[in-house]
Amino acid sequence: MPGGLTLNHFLVLSLIVFALGLFCVMSRRNAIGILMGVELILNSANINYLAFALFGGGRYDGQVFSLFVIMLAAAEAVVGLAIVLAIYQDLRTIDVDATETLNG
Amino acid sequence: MAEHFPLGLILLFPAIGVVFNLFVGQRAGRTTVGIVGAGVIGAAFVVGAVAFGRLLGLPTGGALTSTLWPWIEAGAFKVDVALRFDALTAVMVLVVSGVGMLIHIYSSGYMAEDGDYARFFTYMNLFVLSMLTLVLADNLLLMFVGWEGVGLCSYLLIAFWYTNPEYAYNGRKAFIVNRVGDAAFILGILTTVWVGATHGLWTLNFVELRQHIAWFGPATATMICVLLFIGATGKSAQIPLYIWLPDAMVGPTPVSALIHAATMVTAGVYMVARLNFLYLLSPDAMELVATVGTITCIFAATIAITQPDIKRVLAYSTISQLGYMFLAVGVGAFSAGIFHLMTHAFFKSLLFLCAGSVIHGMGGEQDMNKMGGLASKMPITCTTMWIATLAIAAVPPFAGFFSKDMILSGAYTSGHFGLWLLGLITAGFTGLYMFRLMFMTFHGESRVEPERAHHLHESPPVMTLPLMALALLCVIGGWVQLPEGWLWGGSFSRFLSGSVGIFKPALEASDLGLSILSLAVSLTGALIAYIFYIRYPGLPTYLAWRAKAIYQLLLEKYYIDQIYDALVSRPLFFIAQYVLFKGLDYYTIDGLVNGTGTTVEASGDAVRRFETGNVQHYALIYLIGAVGIAAFYLYLVMR
Amino acid sequence: MTNTFSLAAITFDWRPIVPLLIVALGAIIVLLAGVKVDDRESEGLGWLSLLTIAIAFCTALAIPGNQQISFGGALVADGYTAFFYLTILFAAAIIVLMSLDYVAEEGLPGGEYYSLVLFATAGMMLMAAAGDLIIVFIGLETMSISVYILAGLARTSPRSNEASLKYFLLGAFSTGFLLYGIALIYGATGTIKLHALSTLATGVPAPMLLIGVGMLLIGFGFKIAAVPFHMWTPDVYEGAPTSITAFMAVGVKLAAFAAFVRVFLVHLLGVQTDWSMVLWVLAVLTMTTGNIVALMQTNLKRMLAYSAIAHAGYILVAMTAGTSIAGAAVLYYLLGYAFTNLGAFAVIIALSRRGHPHELISDLRGLGTREPALAAAMAIMLFSLTGIPPLAGFVGKFSVFSAALNQGYVALVVIAVVNSVVSAYYYLRPVVAMYTDEGGAEVVALSSRPALIAAIAIAVIATIAIGVYPQPYMNASTSAFASALSKPPLATTASLRP
Repeated sequence: MPGGLTLNHFLVLSLIVFALGLFCVMSRRNAIGILMGVELILNSANINYLAFALFGGGRYDGQVFSLFVIMLAAAEAVVGLAIVLAIYQDLRTIDVDATETLNG
Repeated sequence: MAEHFPLGLILLFPAIGVVFNLFVGQRAGRTTVGIVGAGVIGAAFVVGAVAFGRLLGLPTGGALTSTLWPWIEAGAFKVDVALRFDALTAVMVLVVSGVGMLIHIYSSGYMAEDGDYARFFTYMNLFVLSMLTLVLADNLLLMFVGWEGVGLCSYLLIAFWYTNPEYAYNGRKAFIVNRVGDAAFILGILTTVWVGATHGLWTLNFVELRQHIAWFGPATATMICVLLFIGATGKSAQIPLYIWLPDAMVGPTPVSALIHAATMVTAGVYMVARLNFLYLLSPDAMELVATVGTITCIFAATIAITQPDIKRVLAYSTISQLGYMFLAVGVGAFSAGIFHLMTHAFFKSLLFLCAGSVIHGMGGEQDMNKMGGLASKMPITCTTMWIATLAIAAVPPFAGFFSKDMILSGAYTSGHFGLWLLGLITAGFTGLYMFRLMFMTFHGESRVEPERAHHLHESPPVMTLPLMALALLCVIGGWVQLPEGWLWGGSFSRFLSGSVGIFKPALEASDLGLSILSLAVSLTGALIAYIFYIRYPGLPTYLAWRAKAIYQLLLEKYYIDQIYDALVSRPLFFIAQYVLFKGLDYYTIDGLVNGTGTTVEASGDAVRRFETGNVQHYALIYLIGAVGIAAFYLYLVMR
Repeated sequence: MTNTFSLAAITFDWRPIVPLLIVALGAIIVLLAGVKVDDRESEGLGWLSLLTIAIAFCTALAIPGNQQISFGGALVADGYTAFFYLTILFAAAIIVLMSLDYVAEEGLPGGEYYSLVLFATAGMMLMAAAGDLIIVFIGLETMSISVYILAGLARTSPRSNEASLKYFLLGAFSTGFLLYGIALIYGATGTIKLHALSTLATGVPAPMLLIGVGMLLIGFGFKIAAVPFHMWTPDVYEGAPTSITAFMAVGVKLAAFAAFVRVFLVHLLGVQTDWSMVLWVLAVLTMTTGNIVALMQTNLKRMLAYSAIAHAGYILVAMTAGTSIAGAAVLYYLLGYAFTNLGAFAVIIALSRRGHPHELISDLRGLGTREPALAAAMAIMLFSLTGIPPLAGFVGKFSVFSAALNQGYVALVVIAVVNSVVSAYYYLRPVVAMYTDEGGAEVVALSSRPALIAAIAIAVIATIAIGVYPQPYMNASTSAFASALSKPPLATTASLRP
């Protein structure tokens, strides 16, 4: 495999990206920041798909899945941004701390 | 032995009543509603009587059956909506529909001026429908349908005059307490299913359960019986779940008579008798039933002595009498329990209807301290109520004498001397509180407030006629079961033997001697009441003053409501309000959030809830769950 | 790397996908037609959607009861698929019925509303028919993305927007877990075909598979609102337009459980010991939290949200058992649950009028005297949710609990029964308000909303019928689950793998 990389390298990379995504989601107060964290998580899964496809005997199903995921993540981002925009029009902020009227 | 009979008709008529009163009742006239309401119950009674006639033609242990439709069929599990009319059911159906019909007729007079006439009859018909389902069911699950149905109607009828918030509260209390009992009941049903399932047969059918009784070991039988009995303590107002019944008295008086005296509250007794084959497997459960019954019996009777409200006296009396019935079925004298159930239905519903007649005549007054000397104003009510009093005080030849005698003799001859003694003492208390009630209401000085006195009147015939009919039953109702060896002695228990077996006494005793003893105790109680309330009317006040502590304890019903409130209700609300809402999130979540060094600041809000509204708090809790699951799996892997 | 991709190796059985295509096509037509339609006159679009659903329903009836694999195993045509197709379509139809007046009155954008409902429905159906995990994912996303928008469709309402944002952020977050879990399962077993999984995922599983299964569980747990993945539920249910709340409470749950049950109770049975314990804990947490927190609610929609959480807990009780009886019980339970909740939310819609949502329990006061029929319908729904016989909720609970008990989960069943007693308290409060109080909200004359009446009537009749005469539905659930369990004919299991 290229550069002596093994499956584990990819898995660890994916795990790091996943953890970064989690941290991003937990720490950003900005809704778009949280959205970016989510994108990181989705892409960490994508790394896994590609790595498994590559090291699993060159199957292409993993690659197909990652394409699906990219496509759906894009759709999700579009919707997410639209929602964030609507919130901004309402509150003039996209800080998630501002959206706490529904609680209890 | 099992013959087909269209038993569905017994249920169909009340169902028609429900539908009619619900949808057409508002527009139909009061007369129509009253006639339909009472008529459908009468029709059910007639069908029941015909079925009874057919049953008599069958040999002992025979039954009429009718399968309406298959209900639940999941895999091997099969329960039908099927009805079975055996001797036990026959007694119950006739009592429920017969007494029910009389009370419906009475209600058409009693409720005449109420705005919600149709709603009242809808609920009443629905109640009778549910109660008949309960007693006709051929399996435990369908019985539970009726069981829940009667509870629901009871709740609706207690809260009938909902404009009074206290009444609505009492209705809820009845419902909640009953749900607690029902939880145990459904656990009992599920355990029964489970036992059958381990043997490959999923059934709840009474006949099949009886056939496969060998599957139930003493331990499982005890578990099922105790669980079901806890359900019974809720429905039949026994310790510890009796607390709802006295409060249920805020409903219209005919409701108290039908539901909270004559029929629904006896469902627990019926259930134990119906499952006698199961209870007989578990001596421990039987002991429990008998003991709880007896303690309730004497406990409630002592409270009844001091209550000033005429309906509350009768409510505690009902609890006490139900205790007698549980004593009977607990010592294995099932037919005695059912016999007392029947006679009690007669005299207690009569007592309530008479009390209703008094309240009606008094324009809503229920405090006996403001009555007295009503005998001359309400002769029919007074006479019929005296008959009922003699019946409940077990004076021969009135109905209660035979049934109570049978219970006490059952307790004695089965070797439960302690329980027998308590039952005997209670007989004295019964005489005391009933005669007290009668003296305070109808005799002695009139304490009626002047503005009520002038429109004091006897009730109209539509109310007094049912009273007379019930009074007749109170006189002759006990004669179906004369002591063995007298004329047709023991015919009632022979009739029931196919359903509940024959009581086998463990030892011999002189029936006559026991009877005389219990009669003497009852009359002593009556005599004390006479001395206190007629001869020396100042004495009770003096005694109450001298034995203030005891009197207060009894008057406040042993403070049970307060204890429940402090031990159960308040802690639950405290947990919900403070621990889960404030404590958990204020300390746990904020603590965690700050501790992990994220940017979320501790909010200064005084009231923070579990659901803070903050997305990141939600995500954090999500993450905690995820980490928990991951940790669990890591643990599995490492192991 | 000389793999050849051969279309001929894939069997195209169109039957499972026809209803789905019809719904998707209908969604596009409605969307296009909606451009020309004024928001206050969107009923026509609703009827068009209803027609679409009706046609799809008819074609769904043609799906065979025995198992057929189509699209190389991506989709499964069996009784299970058909069961959920029909249930989801029926639920969607009732949702549309109850929306007809509501959407126009509230001024929601009709074209978007109805087309998104249809798109979401298509996603739900895809989840029910999924034969591999990636289709589950695609279905889930199709459904979720549509519902995110639907939740925020009342653009002028800040609460609706807030609900939408919360649902979106947490939903996307949760999707990440689901996807990562699928990736790990794919890595551990080399397949994401469910049928292959059922033979590969057995015995002592590899750690990677185990973690993957756990993350899958978390992903499904979010959609069914299992504690502790439930936090979004009350806020989103409260803030979203009521008809969409109903759609989430019923449609989303149906679809999520359809996939959840198929994946775990059918294809991951080999590692059952590894997930049933987790489900046990989740079930207890879910029931208990849902019921206890519901006690303190004053908002009806919020209370029903917690109630929905609690009901997910009851379903998890049966899933813990993992037997075929349990599977059938879950399906039956879902059926009763669906109609009961649809009815309850429809009544809340009936209470509302423009600008006045009337969703507090106190708004119900005196309904029993002012609108006896509406109050009776609500009471029946609440009693069914409480589990009072002979309504659908009772029979459902009974089957679910007895299925768990049959596997020896005594403690779990005891907790469940105790929970269902606690629940009586808060279900009773609206009933008490309706019948023993006065002075609640005035209701718009029902006669002006015939479609809403129809929706409520259907829900009431179904709730009673499913409880009183459950036989046909029980049979349907049993055979549906049995067909999912059966092995597919081998010849048609060709896959994309070289």
